[in-house]
Amino acid sequence: MKLQAGRSEESLPDKEAYTAAEAVAEAERCLYCTDAPCIQACPTSIDIPTFIKKIASGNIRGSARTILEQNLLGYSCSRVCPVEVLCVGSCVYTGWGREPIQIGKLQRHATETVGALTSLYTPKPKNGKRVACIGAGPASLAFAGYLALEGTEAIIFEKRSVPGGLNTTGVAPYKLKADDSLREVQWILDLGVEVRTNTEVHPASLVNEYDAVFIGVGLGDDSKLGVPGEEGPGVVGAVDWIEQMKLGTAKAGKRVLVVGGGNTAIDVARECALLGAEDVALVYRRTKKDMSGYAHELLAAREEGVRLVESSVVTGFVRDAAGKLVAARVKTGEAEREVPCDLVVIAIGQAKLRAVAEQLGVALDKRGCVVVDDNCRTNQPKVFAGGDCINGGKEVVNAVADGRNAARHLLKEWA
Amino acid sequence: MADLSINFAGIKSPNPFWLASAPPANTGEQVMRAFDAGWGGAVWKTLGDPILNVTSRFAAVDLGTYKMMGLNNIELITDRPLDVNLKEMYEVKKRYPKHALIASLMTETKEDWRVLIKRCEDVGVDGLELNFGCPHGMCERGMGSSVGQEPKLITEITSWAKEFAKTPVLIKLTPNTGDITEAGLAAVAGGADGLSLINTIKSIIGIDLNKMVPFPAVAGASTNGGYCGPAVKPIALYMTAALAREQGIRNTPISGIGGISNWKDAAEFIALGATSVQVCTAVMHYGYRIVGDMIEGLSEYLDAQGMKSVEELRGRAVGAYREWGDLDLGHKLVARIDDKSCIGCQLCVTACHDGAHQCIFTGREEKQRPPHAHAHGNATPPTPFRVGAIAGERLPWVDEPECVGCNLCQLVCPVPGCITMQEVPGGKHETWNDRTREGRTKLPGGIHDV
Ligand SMILES: Cc1cc2nc3c(=O)[nH]c(=O)nc-3n(C[C@H](O)[C@H](O)[C@H](O)COP(=O)(O)OP(=O)(O)OC[C@H]3O[C@@H](n4cnc5c(N)ncnc54)[C@H](O)[C@@H]3O)c2cc1C
Ligand SMILES: Cc1cc2nc3c(=O)[nH]c(=O)nc-3n(C[C@H](O)[C@H](O)[C@H](O)COP(=O)(O)O)c2cc1C
Ligand code: SF4
Repeated sequence: MKLQAGRSEESLPDKEAYTAAEAVAEAERCLYCTDAPCIQACPTSIDIPTFIKKIASGNIRGSARTILEQNLLGYSCSRVCPVEVLCVGSCVYTGWGREPIQIGKLQRHATETVGALTSLYTPKPKNGKRVACIGAGPASLAFAGYLALEGTEAIIFEKRSVPGGLNTTGVAPYKLKADDSLREVQWILDLGVEVRTNTEVHPASLVNEYDAVFIGVGLGDDSKLGVPGEEGPGVVGAVDWIEQMKLGTAKAGKRVLVVGGGNTAIDVARECALLGAEDVALVYRRTKKDMSGYAHELLAAREEGVRLVESSVVTGFVRDAAGKLVAARVKTGEAEREVPCDLVVIAIGQAKLRAVAEQLGVALDKRGCVVVDDNCRTNQPKVFAGGDCINGGKEVVNAVADGRNAARHLLKEWA
Repeated sequence: MADLSINFAGIKSPNPFWLASAPPANTGEQVMRAFDAGWGGAVWKTLGDPILNVTSRFAAVDLGTYKMMGLNNIELITDRPLDVNLKEMYEVKKRYPKHALIASLMTETKEDWRVLIKRCEDVGVDGLELNFGCPHGMCERGMGSSVGQEPKLITEITSWAKEFAKTPVLIKLTPNTGDITEAGLAAVAGGADGLSLINTIKSIIGIDLNKMVPFPAVAGASTNGGYCGPAVKPIALYMTAALAREQGIRNTPISGIGGISNWKDAAEFIALGATSVQVCTAVMHYGYRIVGDMIEGLSEYLDAQGMKSVEELRGRAVGAYREWGDLDLGHKLVARIDDKSCIGCQLCVTACHDGAHQCIFTGREEKQRPPHAHAHGNATPPTPFRVGAIAGERLPWVDEPECVGCNLCQLVCPVPGCITMQEVPGGKHETWNDRTREGRTKLPGGIHDV
C-alpha cells in the first residue's frame, strides 16, 4: 500500500518521537501507581504503568506486548488519542501541579520500535471460524486482528480505495499521516486478515456465509448548512476536504472560514493555517465555553493564528458571475456582514450510515446509531457493530475497544 | 522461549527470581500472592526465637526524584511465633509444590539449630538459609553478622547445620567483612550447599540536624542499620563475582542479592555467576508485580542472545573479571564530542579541568597545556574550527594527545551518545603482570629518583 507523492498533507509537520534515551528518561519518571488512574482513563484499559516500566527496564518488546494485548492499534492511538483528556490528563502528577508523564509519546516509542505485530505474535492454527467486516476502520481492524491471532479467518470489505478508515483519511496529519496509518494496517493484515478495497458489499448474504459479521462503517457524508449559495466551488464539507488534503492535493484557500465548534472544525482550521492560509476564522454559533472541541486543541489552533468568531452563523454565500466564491454572509446577533473568503469548510457533523444496518435487519436508535449490548452484539445474534456507527462519533480508541470486546466475546462463545 | 527454570543445589524453581528473606516474605498470604504474580521462590523472613521490634524501622536515601535509591532498616528477624510461621509454610508448600520455599534461620546453640532445622524440614521446605548477615540488633546478641564476620564460626555452625539437615543448606553472607572470599570459603569448608549474598551493609542513613538524631529515629535515638536497595548493587555484584571466580567456591551455587530491581540487574548477577537472585527493596517499593517484567525481560534477552536457558548465561562475564595486573596497558581511548548532539552545557569542560586531565577546551584560541602535560607545546583547536548544531561556538574540543581516556566527561554528559570513547589503534598489548615477569616495573620519577 503506497500512496502517491505530492499529497498536501506531506508538507505538514510530524509529531516528534522520542529517542531511546529520552524514552527511558521519561519512563523513569513514572511513579508506577497502584490501581493507576491512567489505566481507568484509557478506553482500552492498557496497563500503562507496566508498559512504561518495561521501557525503563529495556524490555521494549514486552512493553509493546502489554500495550497491544489491550489495544491492537496501540501505535495509531499513541499518536491520535486526545491524551490530554484521557490517560495523561488523569496522571497523578497533573493533580500535584507537576508535568504529567507523556504516555502517548512513550506508547508510540514502544509500538513504533517493535513495529510489525508478526515480530511479537504468531497467529494460532485455524479454528475453523470465518468472520466478515464491513468497513476497514479501526473498529473492524481491531475486531479482525484479535480474531486472526486466535486462528479465525477474517475478511474486511472496504468501499474506499484505501483501508484504515478515518485513521487514514481523516486524522490531522500533524498527528498521524496516511502512510503511517497504512503501515499499521499492514501489521494487522500480516496476521492473516484479508482486506478487499473498492468493495461495497451486499450485507444480507454475508450472514449466511460467515460465522459472524461486524459492522464498522463509521459515519457518512458531511452535513450541510442548507443556506443559499452553498452548492458550488469553494464550499466544502470538512471530512471530504480533509480526505482530499490527506490523499490528494486539496489546498487551503487564502482566506478560510471554518463553520463549526467541534474537533473536526478545529482540525480543519489548524490544517489550513499550517498549509499557509493567510487568515483562518472559526465561525461558531455559540460561545467558546459551549464548543465540543477540546480546549487544548483550540488553544493550539489559536497559537497557529486561527481566529475564533463566536455567536455567529453563516446565512449564505456570495458568488461572482462565474460562480466563484467571494464572501460568506456572517450574522452575529442582529448584525449581518459579508466576510470575504475563498474557501469555506463546513464542519457541523456527519450523517449516519443506515443502509448497511437496515439491510441486515439491525436495529438503530433515534439518532441513527446501531443499538448494541455490552459485547457490541446487535439485535441480530450473528451481527456485531462498533466504532462511530454505534456511538455517533467518538475517538479511534473507542472504536478499537468495541472491536476488541466483540472479538473477545465471540472467542469466549466459541471456546 | 528460553528455559528459565533452575536447579539450585537440588532446589528446583520455575525461574531464578526469589523473594529475599525480609518483609515481603513475612507471611503465607504474602508468599502465595507473590507466587501467583510469578515469583519462582521465596526465602521466608528469618525464623528464630521471638523478638521485639522498634518503630520507626526504615529510612532511605532519595536520588533527585527517585525515591529509595538506598534503604536502611533496623528491623530484626520475624516477630511472629514460630508455630504460626511453620503452619503457613506448610500450607504454601502444599499449594505451590513446584515453587521453591526456603526457610531462613537464625539462632544460637547447636541444640537450637537442631530443633529449628528439624521443625522447618518437617513442614516440607525445600532448603535452609542460615542468616549470618544481619548487621544490626541480632549481631549485638552474637548472631547474624557477628557470625558472618568470623570465618571459624561460619564453618562451625555450617557444619552443625549440615549434620542435622536433609535439605540443601545455603549460607547467607554479610558484606560487612574485609574479604568476602574468606567467608565464602569458610562456609564451603563447613559443607555449605549454596551461598546467598549480600545481606545488608552496616550504615547510618543521615542525621536530623535539628534534633541531632540519626534516622530512623526511635524516641530520640537511633542505631546503625542495614543498607540495601539499588545503591548497593555494585557492591553485591562485586562480591558475587569474587566468589564465582574463587577456585574453592566455583562449584557452589550462589544466590545473588542486593539492589536487584529488574531483569537487567538479575541478568548481570547471573552473568557474574549467580544461579538464583533474591529481591527485597524493589518489592517493598513497587510490589510483587515487578516480577512480570523480570520474567519477560530475561526471557526476551536470552532469546535475543540465542541462549536456551538461564544456565547458559550463568557465569558468562566471570572470565572478563580479572586482576588489574592482567589488564591491557596498550589499550588507548580518547573522548570524542559529537557536534550534532552537544547542547553546549560544558559540564565536560569543568569535569575534565577540575576532576581529570585538563584536556577539554572551548574557543578558537590555542590553549596552554597544564604542567603535567605529556605532549609538547600548546593545545591547538581543530581546523577548521567545529561549530555545533545546537551548541554553536560553545562546542568544546578535546586535546586528544592529552586525553587519558578516563570516561569522566562521558559520565557527566547529560546527552546520551554525545560523548563517545574512541579507540586509538596501534597500542602494543602489555600488562603490568607481563612487566613484572620481565622485571620492568621500575618507572622514572620514583621515590628514590632525584
Ligand atoms: C476529521 C476527523 C478527525 C478525527 N481526529 C481524531 C483524532 O485525532 N483522534 C481520535 O482518536 N479520533 C479522531 N477522530 C474520530 C475517529 O477517526 C473515529 O472515531 C474512528 O475512526 C472511528 O472508527 P470506525 O472504525 O468506527 O470508523 P471509520 O474510521 O470511519 O471507518 C469506517 C470505514 O468504513 C468504510 N465504509 C463505510 N460504509 C461502507 C460500506 N457500505 N461498505 C464498505 N465499507 C464501508 C468507510 O469507507 C471507512 O473506511 C476524528 C474524526 C474525524 C472525522
Ligand atoms: C526491612 C528489611 C528486613 C530484612 N530482614 C531480613 C531478615 O530477616 N533476614 C535476612 O536474611 N535478611 C533480611 N533483610 C535483608 C534482605 O533479605 C536482603 O538481603 C537485602 O535487603 C538486600 O537486597 P535488596 O537490595 O533487594 O533489598 C532485610 C532487609 C530489609 C530491608
Ligand atoms: S507502610 Fe503500613 S505499616 Fe508501615 S507505617 Fe505505613 S501504614 Fe504503617
